[in-house]
Amino acid sequence: MIGFVLRRLLQAIPTLFLVITGSFFLIRLAPGGPFDLERPLPPAAMANLARVYGLDQPLRQQYCRYLGSLLRGDLGPSFSFRDLTVAELFARGLPVSASLGALALVLALILGIGLGTFAAYRRGSVADRLVGLLAGASLALPTFVVAPLLQIVFGLTLRWLPVGSWEGGAPSHLVLPVITLALPQVGTLARLTRASLGEVLTAPHIRTQRAMGLGPARIARHALRGAMLPILAILGPLGAALLTGSVVVETIFGLPGIGRAFVDGAVNRDYTLVMGTVLLVAVAVILFNLLADLLSGLIDPRLRLGR
Amino acid sequence: MRRAWARLSRNRVAMVALLFLGAITLACLFGPFLTGHAPGRIYPDLVQAPPGLGTHPRPEAVAPALEGLAFRMRATAQDIAVHDGRVRLTLVASAPIDPRALGYLPRSDLFGAPRILERGEDGRRLVVEAPVRRLHFLLGTDVLGRDLLTRCLVAGRIALLIGLVATLVALVIGIVYGAVAGYLGGRVDAVMMRGVDILYALPFVFFVIMLLVFFRAGLGLILVAIGAVEWLDMARLVRAQTLALRRRDFVRAAEALGLSTTAILRRHVIPNTLGPVTVAATLLVPRVILLESFLSFLGLGVQEPQTSWGALIAEGARAIESAPWLLAGPASFLVATLVALNLLGDGLSDALDPRLAERR
Repeated sequence: MIGFVLRRLLQAIPTLFLVITGSFFLIRLAPGGPFDLERPLPPAAMANLARVYGLDQPLRQQYCRYLGSLLRGDLGPSFSFRDLTVAELFARGLPVSASLGALALVLALILGIGLGTFAAYRRGSVADRLVGLLAGASLALPTFVVAPLLQIVFGLTLRWLPVGSWEGGAPSHLVLPVITLALPQVGTLARLTRASLGEVLTAPHIRTQRAMGLGPARIARHALRGAMLPILAILGPLGAALLTGSVVVETIFGLPGIGRAFVDGAVNRDYTLVMGTVLLVAVAVILFNLLADLLSGLIDPRLRLGR
Repeated sequence: MRRAWARLSRNRVAMVALLFLGAITLACLFGPFLTGHAPGRIYPDLVQAPPGLGTHPRPEAVAPALEGLAFRMRATAQDIAVHDGRVRLTLVASAPIDPRALGYLPRSDLFGAPRILERGEDGRRLVVEAPVRRLHFLLGTDVLGRDLLTRCLVAGRIALLIGLVATLVALVIGIVYGAVAGYLGGRVDAVMMRGVDILYALPFVFFVIMLLVFFRAGLGLILVAIGAVEWLDMARLVRAQTLALRRRDFVRAAEALGLSTTAILRRHVIPNTLGPVTVAATLLVPRVILLESFLSFLGLGVQEPQTSWGALIAEGARAIESAPWLLAGPASFLVATLVALNLLGDGLSDALDPRLAERR
């Protein structure tokens, strides 16, 4: 188990290296720099700034220095927020994005698996069709359409919930963003649960349990365990989708999270902030995938010794 | 293939989706010529006109518009009367009115070329007649006064283009990569698929955003960026198919006949993977369209004067309080297209794999 985790973490190193190298050179190849203003700075000031941030050195040397500071756990100073380091920016933005993503994940799991189970048990009924329709609709409704609609209905017309802003994570400010973020995932999960649970419910061991006279609740526990595998398999991409989906949600609802920091950073050519965000997301995706594999191993012993 | 088509044509939902998609394609290709408005044409006097079947300018809007125009001509408008689609009015001023000032009338988009019927008091009093234009804005106009329907249809061209071309890019990369990896097998396969695994772990949307922000966003770049992101699933699918095909007799016969690897891949392997690939491709099109509109929504995709549904939705979201139809129009286009594509994809996968359909 520990060996497995270690091996997977080792395998993550080339991936992360690729991410860092790729994004570093991509950013530097791009025209424009972090200190390009509409009214250009005097050349002397530009030269000074470049020296302070080490931009006057050859690119290879900058790259090595950046790698070195990363190894020491230093993400570097932000270029657009002059007094802050990237780590400090993350300390502000990460709680926002993480709580948003975690709540959306929990909501999506509960609703998606719940609806999918319901549909699988009542296969072919009106309720089943309804869930299918709902799932299809939630998949085809883009986040950036749902969000303004929710704002108009609950924020402007009914005036039940605030339209945006963070306000220290007050629950009422979280409701709409979390729903928006969770909705497409609810559809994905409901479809997947329905399909895989439907398959498990016709399996011999479930039939045996029925024959033994077990109640539906007990059977559901056994069946869901088997049906979990495909769901866990998409947990990695799902986590990534919640992270990237938050770019739109944070923009629309005006939340100071990582996604918005990334887009702003890219527009402002904030080299270190962009690199840091990409790295952070890559690490998150890798950890999500690892977690999903570990959980799959817990459920299905056959997968335990796998790569 | 013919049997698959027969099964598909029995699937009523999929056929409706297919018809709808055909209709929307035709509408986007030819509709902009039929709406009577050029996509970039601005009607400054008709900003944020609500949607509806009625004609513009509205009867009650004629008099205020004329008074405004008369003010610019340094005159006052009197005795405004609309009859048979023509407006007759009397312009009165303290100094003689330059007939060239009447050019304000046709320039306002609301009226046609004016005709002077009567001159009085040394040109200080003119009786003018001008046709009132009859403009239709089925979906209303946007914040600048452009016809929303025309813009939605023109944006649809971009969506369809990106949906097709980016999917094609992903398809070509994915098929070639997957077929080569699956057919060669062994160490080459292991290395190639490990590469795909690594790419899977990359936060790709972030890379696309970076690409588009750093290098001037343009249609070509978007096509390449999206296509380059979405080929991974296709590569895995084709590889799995190829692995199964490699053991089949006809492939081994081709090997025994001494065909080159390229020829075997082209003649025997790739054509036989096309069934599942078609299904995956139809489901890829909506994803690609969604990704493009996501980027355009963030302002990173298609740039003015071109537009896309995502960009229009972003405009609508900004004006949501004053003009909710600006969101509703492009959003319905986008959502309807996505739903239709998904339904068609589901229908296709049922038609190409009937065993799966029975289990559903």
